[in-house]
Amino acid sequence: MIIDAAFVGRIFRAESGRSIAALISAIGDIDLAEDAVQEAFAIALRRWPAAGVPPNPGAWITTTARNHAIDRLRRQARERRLLGDAALLTSPAKEADHVFDDRLRLIFTCCHPALPTEGQVALTLRLLGGMSTAEVARSFLVAESAMAQRLVRAKRKIKAARIPYRVPDEHELPDRLPPVLSVVYLIYTSGVSGGDPSLCGEAIRLARTLATLMPDEPEVAGLLALVLLSESRRATRTRPDGSPVLLAEQDRSRWDRALIEEGHALVRWCLRRDRPGTFQLQAAIQAVHTDAATAERTDWAQIVTLYDQLLTIAATPVVALNRAVAVAEIHGPAAALVLVEDLDLDGYHLFHATRADLLSRLGRDREAATAYQRAAALAPTPAEREFLHRGGRTARSCKHRQQR
Amino acid sequence: MTKYMLSAHSVEGQSPPPMSPEDVQQVTKQVLALEGEMKEAGVWVFGGRLHGPDTATVVRALGQQVITTDGPFVEAREHLGGLYILEAADLDAALSWAAKVTSIVGAPIEVRPFAGLPEG
Repeated sequence: MIIDAAFVGRIFRAESGRSIAALISAIGDIDLAEDAVQEAFAIALRRWPAAGVPPNPGAWITTTARNHAIDRLRRQARERRLLGDAALLTSPAKEADHVFDDRLRLIFTCCHPALPTEGQVALTLRLLGGMSTAEVARSFLVAESAMAQRLVRAKRKIKAARIPYRVPDEHELPDRLPPVLSVVYLIYTSGVSGGDPSLCGEAIRLARTLATLMPDEPEVAGLLALVLLSESRRATRTRPDGSPVLLAEQDRSRWDRALIEEGHALVRWCLRRDRPGTFQLQAAIQAVHTDAATAERTDWAQIVTLYDQLLTIAATPVVALNRAVAVAEIHGPAAALVLVEDLDLDGYHLFHATRADLLSRLGRDREAATAYQRAAALAPTPAEREFLHRGGRTARSCKHRQQR
Repeated sequence: MTKYMLSAHSVEGQSPPPMSPEDVQQVTKQVLALEGEMKEAGVWVFGGRLHGPDTATVVRALGQQVITTDGPFVEAREHLGGLYILEAADLDAALSWAAKVTSIVGAPIEVRPFAGLPEG
């Protein structure tokens, strides 16, 4: 085993979230916790190559970081003669309720609804995902200085407004859990749309952690199932040039069976709990897709039923659009087009792409071409733009259409 | 413990329709009950409703001179209508009081922490 910067970096990504969470719990200061954990990894990088890796590297990091932080607080206390800080070190209150993992407290702090979404995402990736500010900035295509600003602002608000570091009470969860789940899912979808698999991996890791720490919450299981089932198909969703592959044309033999089975088991568990929510229903829809051996054998009636249920909880135009796509498979493109026309989604490229596809299936080629151009103009990536300019067709899908 | 300001803002021309005397009485009763609850819980520092911005006066120092003028400091459509100052353990505690206030008065409540004196 070669113990170098890359090796320590991998341990950092895997372990720093737990260490930072434990440190914040012990000393109550995010910046100090971050510094101390960084310092511990710097020490590891100097010491481990010669002395060898300790049996539990994560625990070693946490202990080293804690000692470092305590030293620093003691120095500050001496310098400033502030007894308050010293008192923090021996606060016994923190030991009393170790029912919850520190990481769970931390994710609820990072995703507190008092913080803006972009700040929630940045903090979660930085503190729990162990990503550097530069890495987070790259993943979201913003300048590193802008990302650093977001983090500073979010941390300043946590401190100034005293956003608590605790797992909300049961009665607060309906207000507090959704932003946590949305942040994790946003991290996942950003990884898909930006072509950054490390974000997808991070989101799955966060979802797994949440599912372990909150084993009784069906929506948490639903989120984990949703990201696992999406992940099972991710590699088949784009061509090497970045253009999208339609669901019906994806190579199902390359779908990841292990992820699908794990996702399906979670969806079945959710069904038994019978407390449906948006993530569970989206996961159930993915489960129906991944259950079909071929595109033709998809149970579209089941999918429409699930979208109907989803609409009763989350009546958004995007859900209605996706439902219409399923309706087209059962009742034909004309029935679906009626449902699509009224939706208020003029700025959404997939709205125009869906309309275009339905129009072209109805033989209304000129209207379809106009809709494809509109979709292309709104598409977020060059590869998607190119794909839509060609009328959502590839060499293979042209053949596919001719065969039909 | 941190002090928080819970403020209610009114927007000119968007004031709710005038309430019947019975409704006014009802809201007043609820507000008084809530304020009693705040005092009971030991979070109450101060609170009150303000007269309209047309009753405001601005004083500013210009060098050695002090100039007094009529009117609010900023000509805006939104005005501070009233506020509470509460001392609470953390933001969640302050937010739960704000939730009670907004459900009675019907206006959104802004919650902001007070900054302490800078550390010397």
